[in-house]
Amino acid sequence: MTIEKEITCIICPIGCKIIIKKEGERLNILKGNKCKKGIEYARNEIFDPRRMLTSLIRVEGGEWPLVSVKSTDPVPKDKIFTILKEIHNTTIKAPIKSQQVILKNVANTGINIITTRTVHLLKNNNFFYKR
Amino acid sequence: MIEQTADVVVIGGGPAGLAAAISAKQHRANRVIVLDRNQWLGGILPQCIHDGFGVEELGVSMTGPEYAETYIEMAKSQGIMFLTETMVLRFNEALEIIAVNKKGILKLKAKVIILATGCREKTRWYSMIPGTRPSGIYTAGVTQALINLYNIMPGKKVVILGSGDVGLIMARRLKFEGAQVMGVVEFLPYASGLPRNVVQCLDDFDIPLYLNHTITYIAGKERLEKVTIQQVDHTMTPIPGTEKQIACDTLLLSLGLIPENELAKTIGVEIDDHTGGPLVNQRLETTIPGVFACGNCLQVYDTVDMLSFDAKKTGQYAAEYFIRKKAIGQNSKKGLIVHAGVGVRYVVPQRISTYGTIHFTLRVDKPRGATTLLLTAGKKEVLKKKLLGVNPVSMIRIDANISAEIFMAANELEVTLCDN
Repeated sequence: MTIEKEITCIICPIGCKIIIKKEGERLNILKGNKCKKGIEYARNEIFDPRRMLTSLIRVEGGEWPLVSVKSTDPVPKDKIFTILKEIHNTTIKAPIKSQQVILKNVANTGINIITTRTVHLLKNNNFFYKR
Repeated sequence: MIEQTADVVVIGGGPAGLAAAISAKQHRANRVIVLDRNQWLGGILPQCIHDGFGVEELGVSMTGPEYAETYIEMAKSQGIMFLTETMVLRFNEALEIIAVNKKGILKLKAKVIILATGCREKTRWYSMIPGTRPSGIYTAGVTQALINLYNIMPGKKVVILGSGDVGLIMARRLKFEGAQVMGVVEFLPYASGLPRNVVQCLDDFDIPLYLNHTITYIAGKERLEKVTIQQVDHTMTPIPGTEKQIACDTLLLSLGLIPENELAKTIGVEIDDHTGGPLVNQRLETTIPGVFACGNCLQVYDTVDMLSFDAKKTGQYAAEYFIRKKAIGQNSKKGLIVHAGVGVRYVVPQRISTYGTIHFTLRVDKPRGATTLLLTAGKKEVLKKKLLGVNPVSMIRIDANISAEIFMAANELEVTLCDN
């Protein structure tokens, strides 16, 4: 079966429209990609679509109630909500540094969830929000 | 009153203020002070937890908080001083700033001031949506702060008006946090956010995008109960008979951003009606000598990468203003006025005070296919550039060499589009 399809690349803000042609297991990138990264993106989009995942984890005793987190690599699209559930069920204690590993091998993907910011310990009168 | 002096005072500690401060320091300004009314630095970035920042500028994809911390650390390591929770009340043409914080009133005497006051979101009153006034109506950026910083969920069943990037990103965030996202309503025939955000925020989760639609009624007593969406024709007029009601408890407005220049206006900095930001020359200096502008208060940028790139220029020019004032020299001639001609919404800078290579940023008025961008001085062609396709959502950046000859002979420059 031959499929011709337009894929919008999400690697950078340009958003190239890449035309691909798939014949069975063979994939041809026809045109549209302005850089090499587009080729890899289009290939993955057909055979193994993935997305970077960013979310937040609850923090105890911090100057903020949450810490932002991300996946160390793009995760399979169909695992997004499974991973979010694990993230939502987690609480960590301040102080927190950026790039700290919070969840290892999340949902058996081999990918870790790491923090993306610093959250200092809550000191007197130093909170950013009303509790 | 606490009195201090500084070489450079930057008003606003968001991405533009940080980039400008770092650059000013690197160009030999000694005492650089950044003022911010928030308790934290980085402006809006800490709430932009999604990734994609830094790709164009640094070649790596970062989240907003990571991008902010990179700049904050760089600034701190260079000895830039910060005063947070400090609100500027006013400043004058002698470059004296009056600010206030918990310690009291502060008077800062600067050699140069950089405006980096950012922008604000348009509200319901900007688009005059008829209906009642229930709770549950938020701007997209405020919702982003509530969810991503303060752990507060604003509602369960959400409609988003406007397909700007913040609106698209919030559609996904709300979905991730368990809300039902009923759809994104856009009155234009195309999404106003980046294509990648339409793909990964809406298409991935089958969130409907209603193009050529707007909200014509808001209903609800205490809390929002439903909105009426309606199709619009090419003149943006709602078409009778196309009304459709969507039950929801929350409406997010993502109507676009307006540069924040209330402070600048008080001392008479001239504002360009089209950008909403100060009129600047090629060195990004406003109409008040020694006052420079950068970031979203100058013009609303598409990406933080390009914003930082230009803000660094502002920092450099600001430092050079007092360090090598003579070397830069202002030409005796008053300068050239830059006009946005056919097909062009605006051009920055709006004035040119000397010849040389000038960096222009501009936006077109509507999407077009292949077209040619022309920069002319009177009847003389200065630059001609073929473009494959243009869209108002993508800022166009060009460098053009304005020769001494053109500079002396002409009074104005014009940028136009000419369809092939």
